[in-house]
Parts: sequence; C-alpha cells; structure tokens
Amino acid sequence: MATVDKKYTLTFWEKIYIPELVKGMKLTLEQMLRKKDTRQYPEERWTPPPSFRGAPVLVLEENGVERCVACGLCSRVCPALAIDVQAAETADEKERYPARFEINMLRCIFCGFCEEVCPEEAIVMSNRYELAFTEYADAIFDKDALLTPVAELRPRLEYLRAHR
Amino acid sequence: MDVLDIAIALIKIVVMFVVVLLTVAELVYTERKISAWIQNRVGPNRVGWLGLLQPYADVVKLLLKEDIVPAAANRFIHTLAPVISIGVAFSTLAVIPIAGPTITLFGRTVHMVIADVNVGILYVLALTSMGVYGLTLSGWASNNKYSLLGGLRSAAQMISYELSMGLSLIGVIMITGSLQLTDIVHHQHGWMWNLVLQPVGFITFLVASFAETNRAPFDLPEAEPELVGGYHTEYSSFKFALFFLAEYANMITSSAVITTLYLGGWQVPYLETFGLSDGWMVLVQILAFMLKVAFLLFFFQWVRWSVPRFRYDQLMNLGWKVMLPLAIANIVLTGALLLFL
Repeated sequence: MATVDKKYTLTFWEKIYIPELVKGMKLTLEQMLRKKDTRQYPEERWTPPPSFRGAPVLVLEENGVERCVACGLCSRVCPALAIDVQAAETADEKERYPARFEINMLRCIFCGFCEEVCPEEAIVMSNRYELAFTEYADAIFDKDALLTPVAELRPRLEYLRAHR
Repeated sequence: MDVLDIAIALIKIVVMFVVVLLTVAELVYTERKISAWIQNRVGPNRVGWLGLLQPYADVVKLLLKEDIVPAAANRFIHTLAPVISIGVAFSTLAVIPIAGPTITLFGRTVHMVIADVNVGILYVLALTSMGVYGLTLSGWASNNKYSLLGGLRSAAQMISYELSMGLSLIGVIMITGSLQLTDIVHHQHGWMWNLVLQPVGFITFLVASFAETNRAPFDLPEAEPELVGGYHTEYSSFKFALFFLAEYANMITSSAVITTLYLGGWQVPYLETFGLSDGWMVLVQILAFMLKVAFLLFFFQWVRWSVPRFRYDQLMNLGWKVMLPLAIANIVLTGALLLFL
C-alpha cells in the first residue's frame, strides 16, 4: 500500500470527513453559479486591442497607393524569412513601389520586427488573427491580400506613434 | 390474471422503460453540463436547443464505431457482461412504487407500481448484488490485466459496501415492520420521512449507494489514471454504450431506491388536505417522486465533480472500519429506541 508522508495531523472535525466534504461541495456549487467567461466563438468574435500583433499588412493610403517604397528592410530584418519584396519604379513622388510583396503566413512568427524597422510606417501588425489555411497556397499573402485601407489600421498607427 | 392484466402490466413496463431511457440520455447531457459549470465552462450547447440533443449525437457516434472483440477474449462472456449490467440496472425499477392511490383503467384498478413484491427490499438488494457480475465478468472475459483489475476491484468494493448497505436498511425495516416497498412509503406519512427518523442510516445507505453504482468518489473499477478504462477498456461501439447506459440507469435506480426508502417516496406532506381527486393525486405524487429522484441525480453528479477518488486502501478502511460499525450502531440504537419509547 502507498505510504503517505504526513506533514500535519488532522483535527477531529477533519477526521469526521463529512464537514470537510460539505465545504468542498459548497465551493463547487458557488463555482457552478458563477458567470461564465466563455466567448461563443464563431458568433461572438473578439476585437483585439491596438497593442495586439496580428498578421502584418501593408497600409493603403486613401488615394489608393500603398505607402511601401520597397526598401526591403522588413524582408532583411525578418527572422523567419517570411517576407519577399521585389521593387520597381513608379512615376509617383515616392519613385519606388513593390511590384511583388509576399508574406508567407506559415513562416511569420508575429515578432513585429518588420513594423518596427519600416521607415514609412507602411507595414503594420493588424488585428487579424483568424489564420487557418487548408491549402499551402492560401497561406502566402500577396499584395492583394495584404493591402489594407489606412482607416482600418488607424488605432494601431496611433498606438505606434504613442509608444515608439 | 387474463389478457387485460398482462396488457396493463406490459404498458407499465414499456412506459417505465421509455421514461428511464430518455432520462438516461438526458443524464449524460446534465452530467456534461454540470461538470462544465463546476469547471467554469459552458458545456454542450450546439446540438439542438441548448444542446439537449447532444446525447443522441453521442449515441449515433458510438453505434457507428467498429465493434471490436479482442482475439484472446472469451467471446460469449464478453458479449454477455454488458447485457447483465443493463438488465440488472433496469429490473430493480420494477418494485419501486411511484404513486399512492390506484387509478381505474378499463375497469381494472391499476397500482402505480409494476410489481408489488412483498419482499421488495430483498429483491432490490439481490439485484444490486447481481450487478457485480456484469463488471467482474467483463473484466475477466476481456483477457486484459487492466480490465481484470477493474473487475476484481468492483467485486471487492461491491461486497464490502453491500454489507453496510443491507445493514443500514435494517433500521428502516425495523421501523416499518415490513419488507414491502409500498408499506415503507405509506409508513413515511407527512413529514415522518425515514430521513428524519434514520439520519445515520440515510448517510451510510447513501455512501453505500455511491459505491454500489461505481460513481465517484468510489469509481475505482474504472479509475482511468491507473487502469486505462477499467473493466470496459476492451469494449467499443454498442457494448460500450450499454455499459455507459447501465451506469446511468444504475444511478436512476439507486436514486429511486433512496427516495423510496428515505425521502418518503411519492409522499407529499399535507397533500390530502387539498381534497384532490385520485387522478390528480397520482399526477402530483408522480411529479413529487420524479423531483426527489431528479434532486438525488443532481446530487450524484455534483459529488462526482467535487470529491476526488479514494485510494484503494482508503476505500476498504472506510467500508469495513467506518461504514460497517456505523450501520451496526444504527441498528442497535434504533432497536433500543423502538423498545424503550
């Protein structure tokens, strides 16, 4: 039989066992009546706070042009080598733009280095967190998937200004 | 005894079966809900309204699984064991009275009990001891060491607690002077429930019932951390479902027996002062009986999710060194009180 290392001897009332049992039952009853914290996921979705580092996205200005100047710093700093940028020239004031910009979401580790290093505030961590894929190809976000209107990213941009 | 009598008896049996089976299904649901609430979760709420159809989905899932019999198992006994378990669990309900007055149906007086046996308590005790065969045989027939250990544990546990169960009943029998369950219920008129007259006997009987039904904290035969699944490790598909069903049917049976013996059965205090007709009386009493049983079922589940499982030596110590002396002391005390008061 198992032996027990007794660190403390039970009092008489604890030995009777039933009062202690009642205490335990009372505790579970209280827990039973407590309000539940569960969120019914597909119906109730969570909106993360601005400090949340979700999927990185490219900021799209109101005039329909991305901020990115294709400097490639994000791609250089990315520890997981998830970002692939190819630059091209444009007649716009910024002179350069990314012809191709891909983030492999299977590699991304959500470290936020790309956002930190970006001189143009062109790539930021969004609040997107539903990142499950059934196809490998779906997990590679191209420019179309990454470009997000600046209005949606306003809270994050303001958060970055305040805390950088 | 002619065709009509047999037909009425059959109707009673079918109604009882259907009600118990439906209750078992919803017990699986309440078990999951109560465990969820105690653990601050929500529990099943997707299948059907509030998740009420969850147990049916579970059953369909179980039935669609492959029925596996181990190569080294004794095929006949392996199949027989769950049948014994479920059969025993259901047959005990035959002697439980669920209402007092009789109603007239097709010109016959119908008693609200399937079989009013004059040795009712002995019948209940005999059948609950039969239940151990289901578990022990399943453990042996599986030809698996964990199953065998589970089966042996259940045998030892049942025999130990059967004693204190029977002995705590003697107090009730002494007070009533009858073994017939209908007499016992009639004797608990008004507030004179056996719970009030026999508090110690009630506690020992309740604890023994937990052990008899293999419910936590006495679920050693299926202690999953040590014995994989216990006696039903080697069972799958419908045979596993039968064991599952038997566990919950056993809970209903013991709740019904405890209600009958200690909580006044179908008795509702002061009901006769309202001057209801027999039909309404029967309805109210059946409802009262079901409510009492429902409360006990909730209690069973509440205990399961509150109290940790006993160690084997603690189980035996409790059974032989605490429960048995308590039950015997209760008999002596009851006898002395009956003699001198």
